[in-house]
Amino acid sequence: MATLTRAPARTAAASARTGNRYGVRYAGSERLFNRVTLGVLLALALLWLAPLAWALATSIRTPAELATDPTAWISDNPTLANYREVLGAGRIPYWYVNSFITSALTTLLTVCTASLAAFALSRLRFRYRRPVFLLILAGVMIPPQLLMIPHFQTLQITGMLNTYWAVILPQVPNVVAVFVFKQFFDGIPVELTDAARADGASWLRIYWQIVMPLSRPAISAVTIFVFVWSWNNFLWPLLAVTDPQMMTLPVGLTSVQDAFGLPQAQLMASAVLGALPLLTVFLFFQRRIVEGIAGTGLK
Amino acid sequence: MSATTTTTAPAARPAAEPAPRHTTGSGRWTASGMLLPFGAFYVVFLLGPLVYTGIAGFFNGSLVKGGLGSWVGLENYRQALGSADFWSSLGHTIWFTVLTTVPLILIALALALMTDRVSRGKWFFRLAFFAPFMLPSSVISLLFMWIYADEIGLAGSVAKLLGVDAPPSWLGDPNWAMISIAAATVWWTVGFNFVIYLAALQEIPREVHEAAAIDGAGPWQRLRLVVVPMLGRATTLVAVLQLVASLKVFDQIYMMTNGGPDDVTRPSLLYVYQTGFTDGRAGYASTVALLLFVIILLISLVWFALIRRTEKEA
Repeated sequence: MATLTRAPARTAAASARTGNRYGVRYAGSERLFNRVTLGVLLALALLWLAPLAWALATSIRTPAELATDPTAWISDNPTLANYREVLGAGRIPYWYVNSFITSALTTLLTVCTASLAAFALSRLRFRYRRPVFLLILAGVMIPPQLLMIPHFQTLQITGMLNTYWAVILPQVPNVVAVFVFKQFFDGIPVELTDAARADGASWLRIYWQIVMPLSRPAISAVTIFVFVWSWNNFLWPLLAVTDPQMMTLPVGLTSVQDAFGLPQAQLMASAVLGALPLLTVFLFFQRRIVEGIAGTGLK
Repeated sequence: MSATTTTTAPAARPAAEPAPRHTTGSGRWTASGMLLPFGAFYVVFLLGPLVYTGIAGFFNGSLVKGGLGSWVGLENYRQALGSADFWSSLGHTIWFTVLTTVPLILIALALALMTDRVSRGKWFFRLAFFAPFMLPSSVISLLFMWIYADEIGLAGSVAKLLGVDAPPSWLGDPNWAMISIAAATVWWTVGFNFVIYLAALQEIPREVHEAAAIDGAGPWQRLRLVVVPMLGRATTLVAVLQLVASLKVFDQIYMMTNGGPDDVTRPSLLYVYQTGFTDGRAGYASTVALLLFVIILLISLVWFALIRRTEKEA
């Protein structure tokens, strides 16, 4: 098909010349193939960004503009009035705070309990260690949706519905977090903890002063994932909280949607406000998040 | 096991000294103490509720009165398995799964293969395809309810641009509602699979590409004969995760159509939700939830076995 010549050496200079990471120098047809690929990819990327861009464009238009042409992209006199109204009249500020508090506490409790349990499973030798580990792992198979009725009843009986704890507590037993921590702890050399043990340190101290400080990558991975997952969780907070003041952001946005009178521009402003926190998280932690996902099952 | 491991390891410590990491006596209490916080949450919010769901299915409990209610034996199971609503909701779940799983694998693969070839600006494509995945389901629903809105929605105006004179009511037409929701879901979640594929492509050694190129394979041939077959493991992972996720669909359907029009988009989980929380029939809903769990488990196992087999043959 195409004639190919091999790049002389796999050096930086060679890959700079060939312009790709494979160190293969492309002949004419191959360059065309690359250009077509890039073109298709760019078109798709724009298609993927279009809904978000449209929401953004709609959210800064005036009601008059929307009435004349509901799907136009450009506003002649862009305005932030929609945002002001949504933030001022609605409960979005409360929802931000509620979401932040519940997600942060869920994350904190998950990291503490899961890492402690994982430490015991990784370092301590006790009877039934393996059965206990297997039992915990089996929890992965239980879909949280199956548990919504008993959770609801438990929190109803204890009078905790419509509190932060109702949102937080059922999300804490996170089996995947235990697994991630245990995998990481298993990789920490035994000699390190043994030496501390020989010096008379207690296991709790070893956990807190040796193992946890070494486990920053695992801690940050679990923190990011539990936080994002808890922030986005919908079905459980929907059931646990009915008081609009106590709702989390995702649940609250549904009530915005139910409020029929709200104009399109304000709805889109709400959507943009709902999207902002996690888009920001993503921009800051892009590498960690992507690596975390990529690492989940491949290793 | 204690003695053998200590002796086989190059003696860093005297063999006579008992291996410190083996716990005895008070150590056992340490282990229990460390497991306790997680264990308590696990028992109260995972294991206990699971057992309770299993038991509640044999009673006619209601959410209004609380408690288990009175014993009805297999009545709930008989009712669920004989209910047309139960089976049709399962059918809708499977239809949604078919509509999403296949495109979510193929599109993610195609996007990753193309992105992998780009030499500069990869971050841009990663951002564009992955960013929607980070958004809460309610933002997605809010957005797409307007995109799909009759007369004034973006989808309708794009369809008109493409020459469709009378675009359907995307979420109101029984023939289109599920397809529309599936399309929004593909847009929303493809980023996750895309990232897994991208990582798998990164792991393919450069030598493989070089060798194939030297042998005279063109770009298309290299793709088809070398690269794609090496993505087997990633595909297994993506397919299994995707299937399980799709079978549990709830959020976007609850918000965009609430199962309508005429219940044609009502998935199983929404049926559980409606019988449990709208009708208040906790016992019956527990039965349906448990049946759903068993069915999802069976489908996943069969699916997993199928993938494993084709992977071996490939």
